[in-house]
Parts: sequence; C-alpha cells; structure tokens
Amino acid sequence: MNMFSDLQALTDFLSTGLRLSIPLVFAALGGTLSERAGVFNVALEGCLLAGAFGAALGSFVFISPYAGLLTGIGMALLVGGLLAILAVRLGVNQLVAGLALNILVLGLTSYLSRLLLTGDGRRIVEGFAPYPVPFLADIPLLGPLLFKQDVMTYLMYATVALSWWMLWKTPWGLVLRAVGENPRAVDTAGMAVDRARIIAVLAGCAVAGLGGCYLVLSQVFLFTEHMSAGKGFLALAAVILGRWNPLGALAACLLFGLCDALQLRLQFGQPDVPYQLFSIVPFVASFLALVLFSGKVKPPASIGIRYERGGK
Amino acid sequence: MLTVIGLAHRLRIPIAVAVALLAGASLIALSGVNPFEAYTTLFRGAFLDWYGLGGTLVKTSPLLLAGLAVVIPLRAGLLNIGGEGQIYMGGLGASVAALYLPGLPTLLHIVLCVLAGALAGGLWGLIPAYLKAYRGINEVITAILLNFIAINLVSYLAGGPMMQAGAPYPYSNEISEALWLPLILSGTDAHVGVIIGAVLALVAYYVLNHTTVGFALDTVGAGDAVARYAGIAVRRQLLGAMFVGSACAGLAGSFEVLGLKYRLYHLFSPGFGFDGILVAFLAALNPLLVPVSAFFLSGLKAGALTMQRATGLDGTVIDAIQGIVILFVATSLAFTFRREEWRRFLDKRKLHLAEPPVARAKAEESAR
Repeated sequence: MNMFSDLQALTDFLSTGLRLSIPLVFAALGGTLSERAGVFNVALEGCLLAGAFGAALGSFVFISPYAGLLTGIGMALLVGGLLAILAVRLGVNQLVAGLALNILVLGLTSYLSRLLLTGDGRRIVEGFAPYPVPFLADIPLLGPLLFKQDVMTYLMYATVALSWWMLWKTPWGLVLRAVGENPRAVDTAGMAVDRARIIAVLAGCAVAGLGGCYLVLSQVFLFTEHMSAGKGFLALAAVILGRWNPLGALAACLLFGLCDALQLRLQFGQPDVPYQLFSIVPFVASFLALVLFSGKVKPPASIGIRYERGGK
Repeated sequence: MLTVIGLAHRLRIPIAVAVALLAGASLIALSGVNPFEAYTTLFRGAFLDWYGLGGTLVKTSPLLLAGLAVVIPLRAGLLNIGGEGQIYMGGLGASVAALYLPGLPTLLHIVLCVLAGALAGGLWGLIPAYLKAYRGINEVITAILLNFIAINLVSYLAGGPMMQAGAPYPYSNEISEALWLPLILSGTDAHVGVIIGAVLALVAYYVLNHTTVGFALDTVGAGDAVARYAGIAVRRQLLGAMFVGSACAGLAGSFEVLGLKYRLYHLFSPGFGFDGILVAFLAALNPLLVPVSAFFLSGLKAGALTMQRATGLDGTVIDAIQGIVILFVATSLAFTFRREEWRRFLDKRKLHLAEPPVARAKAEESAR
C-alpha cells in the first residue's frame, strides 16, 4: 500500500475521511449544545433522519437544494420541539424521550417517503456541487481537502467556529453552560432555566439536522429509509470524547471519519474477507476511545436531571 | 371528581395507547385508506386467526424477553439499551453450542445451547454495566456501540468462518433437528419460548416485588448514597441486575435460533432489542404486564402484514404508529397522581367559579 507516498492517493483518502465525518460533526455539535445545557440528546439519530427526509422533500418539491436545506432544518426542529416539550417541560426521562423520538422518526420517515417520494424513478433530487475557493483550492494536499468542497462543508466549518465562540465568548453561552452545571444558580440570578434549555435543545437539533441535509444534498442525492444508520449514536460518543467542546467534537468525528475511510479501503482491498469485519472498525475505534480516554472528564453536572423550582 | 382523575391516572397507559391509535388513524387516512377498516383487519389478522395468532406468538417470545431485559436493570437505575446486541450474542452462543458440541445426550445438549445463549448475552451486557459502575462511562452510549459491534460480528461469522459452504447469503449450517424447540400451536411456527418467557416474567415479578433482592435493587435505583448507607454493595447490585437482564435478551436470541430459524442468519433480529424498550414502558415497568404488552406489540407487527395485503396500506405505517404509542405512553408515565395537590387545585377552582371576580378581588383585599 503506497497510500502515504502518493500525494494524490493521500488527498483522496483524507477527503473521503472528511466527507464521511461531516454528518457526524453536525450531529456531535448538536449534541454538544444540548448536553452543555443539561439535556441528553439521544434523538440525534432522529434529527439526522428527519433532516435528511426534509432535505429530500424540500429539494424535490422546490427543485432547489437551498429549499431542501430549509425544509431539513424545519423537520429537525420539529423533532427538537417534541424533545424539548417532553424532556424539559413534561419531565419525561430524557433518554426515553430521545429513544421514543428515534423510533417515531424512523417509522414516520419510512412511511411518508414511500407515500411522497416514490413513484417514477428513484426520486433523485437536486444537490450541491463542489464550489472551489479561488486560489486556495490550488494549494497541494490542503487545497482540495479544505477548499474544494461544497457549501455544506464550509457551513460545517462555520458552525464549529460559531458554536465554540457562542459557548465560550458570549453571555448566552455562559447561561447555556450554567443551566447544565447549576440550574439553581441561574434561576436565583433571575433567568429562565427551562427557556435556556429549550433554546439549546432546538438549536442542537437544528444543527444535527444539517448533518442529515448533508447526507442527501451532498452525498447521495436521494432519501433512503434509515439512511442515518447509527451515525447519531456515533456522534453521541464523539460528544463525550470531545469533552463537550465543539473543537473536541470535531476532532473526534474526524477520527471516526478516517477510521471509516480506512475500513472502506480495506473492504476494497480484501474482497475475499466478509466486509462486516471491516465495518466494525469505526464502532470498535469509538468504543475503545471512550474506554481509554473518558475516565477523567466530567460531564456537565446537571445533565439528565430535570430542574424543578420547588424541588430539592 | 377526584376519583375520576384518580381512575384516569390508573388507566393512563390504556388511555395513552388509545389516543396514540387515534393519532395513527390520521396517518392511515393520509394514504386514503379507511382507518377503521385497517385496524379491524390488523387486529383480526393478529389475534382472531389461528395462523395469525401463531405468527403473533412467534414474535411475542423475543419481545417479551427483550422487555424483561429492560425492566430488570431499570429497577437498579440502569437503562439497558443493549438488548439488540445481547440478542445477537445470545443467538451466536446458542448456535456455536448447537453446531460444535457433538455427541452429547439430546436433552443435556438443548439445555446447554439455551444456557450458552443466555450466558453470552449476559456477559455482553456486563461490559457496559462494568464500565458504568467502575469507570463512570454512560451505559447508554457504550451499549449502543456494542450493539453495532455484535450485529457486525454475527454478520461476519455467519458470512465467514461459520458460513455454510455454497450458501447464497450469510447463514450457518442447519442445527440438528433433535435440538429444535417444541412447537405449541400445530401448523404454525409458535414455539415454547413464549411460555418460558411468561414464566420468567412471573419469577421476575415475584423476586423484584416480594424479596430482599428486589428491595435492594430499588434502593440502588433510588440513589447511590441511600443504598451505600443501607450497606448495599451498589456496584455488585448493578452488575447483577444487568447480567440477569441481558441474559434474558441472550435467551431471546437462543430461542430465535433454536425455535424458529434453526440456523445462525446474519441480521436475524429486526430490532427486537429496541422494541424491548417499548415493551417495558408499555408495561409501566411491571414484569407482570410485560407479557401482555409484548403480546399487544407483536400483534401490531404480525397484523401489519395482513393489513398490508388486505388494504394495500404500506406496513411501515405501523412502525410510525408504534413510535407514537411509546411517545404517548412515556409521557403518560411522567405524570404522577398526588391526591392532595389535585384536591387543592379543585378547591381553588371551585372558589373561582363560585365567586364573581370582582367580589373575589374585594375579598382578597380585605383579607390583606
């Protein structure tokens, strides 16, 4: 394997890794936002799927990927709204609410896609084409990797930077982190705990939905049932590995993406070995990474706990 | 009024299910099919037809056991979402024992196969429990990753080392007929697994609600500090509850292989482990109700096919309706009934209705 001696092959390998990690990055960012505010977001998988379905539907109906993007975000926001009502307002166990939403979204998107998106042809929808940034795209190795991508990839860079800045450099970020650590202090200071949490959940789900949009509008250009295929759950692991920090989540997702690219390459290289042996790789890698590196970090102190004003 | 609210609270799960089915009716209507007709065909096909009932019972067995796999650890506060992986490991354990242990007396061999599956599932479930108890790593996330690992591992083995020579897609050799589980309804696939599952549910009910073991688990579930103060070995309880729960899921896998498929197929479970979570919450986490909720849900699944054939309505609508059901049930379980609070609320309302607003404002003023 002369992958690392050949610049072109290396570029290809790294950009495959980047492409595979982008949906994960969006989902993990969404998870980071809502977990920082003290709400487990197990519904990331559902957000991805809802985003993908919305993207396909919007782009199909309006024949524009931008409309698809908006519809996708809208669908993910619906999931987020339900999660916020159930987990924050009604106090349903956050994990159970998230899992229930995943089941609901899986069934609903399968049913509705058969109802709305089938018929003649495979319903291939309008997507985004790569948009190379002038000059920067010509740099060897880094150029094609970072600057010869489509709008969604640039959007991903922006979202990572923006959420990092928002969380650590703005008053909103402080409130958001505070409701995840010590909601009573926030309440005492006269700010609404539940409102902050609901906003964080909605924002998180919208961002995660972008990952689903990416799957449809930049990768396969059609909706398939259960196309999220566990990415939302991998993203949950990435949230922990990234220590509830957007930059950390980005790093963890890039690691998973590269593992995935590696296993795809191995699959092609060894056609005689059943491919499942290789498709385990990203899951084993993230499991091992969790076990090895997550011992010392502490999650936000009030995660998973509903805040009740009169409570103890 | 209080009694009505109390009764509604006691019946909140059936009410939630009914409301969810009504909401589902609107989804069915989207397809232009009469919802009433669709539901009638579904339930008639699932419960009132001999072969349909057989099909329902076949699915009840894994759902019931997967439900127990959620209920038991949750008593100690652990959410076991790894049921799917544990089912796969259970199926793997049972098939390995069935295919590679020659020359044993038949009865002993069957018992060994079943136990091998339970053990494999139990050990697989111990991994997230151990990481939670000793390393503080969230058990939900590790269990989810372990699900993917187990599913792919079984696919690899069924398509690689254990694959039958010349098979068109990944499955192992057939298990010798002597090891097949006995059937219970002639002419159908329903096997004895559902009866064993129901017995286990009874045992779980007794142990959890009428012994010190159950009490210790409840204490652990109520909070670390309480349990430690009471002298309970918290970590051991966590591991024990998870092992027993996951062993139930492993058993589900054994029964799928020994009672229904007679081979190790890749992807042999269509998400029974995840449905177990649904079953558990539909039963309000009561082991005694687990068989009932498993029977109901497998009826939905089995009837979906009949419905699809009869009305042309796509069967995936049932997946969506299941999602609505669990959403409503989980929500209804979050409401607790406090007689005193409701009484105060009702009294206040009565006051509001009895006195016109102006008079009340005056009364309040004079009271100050």
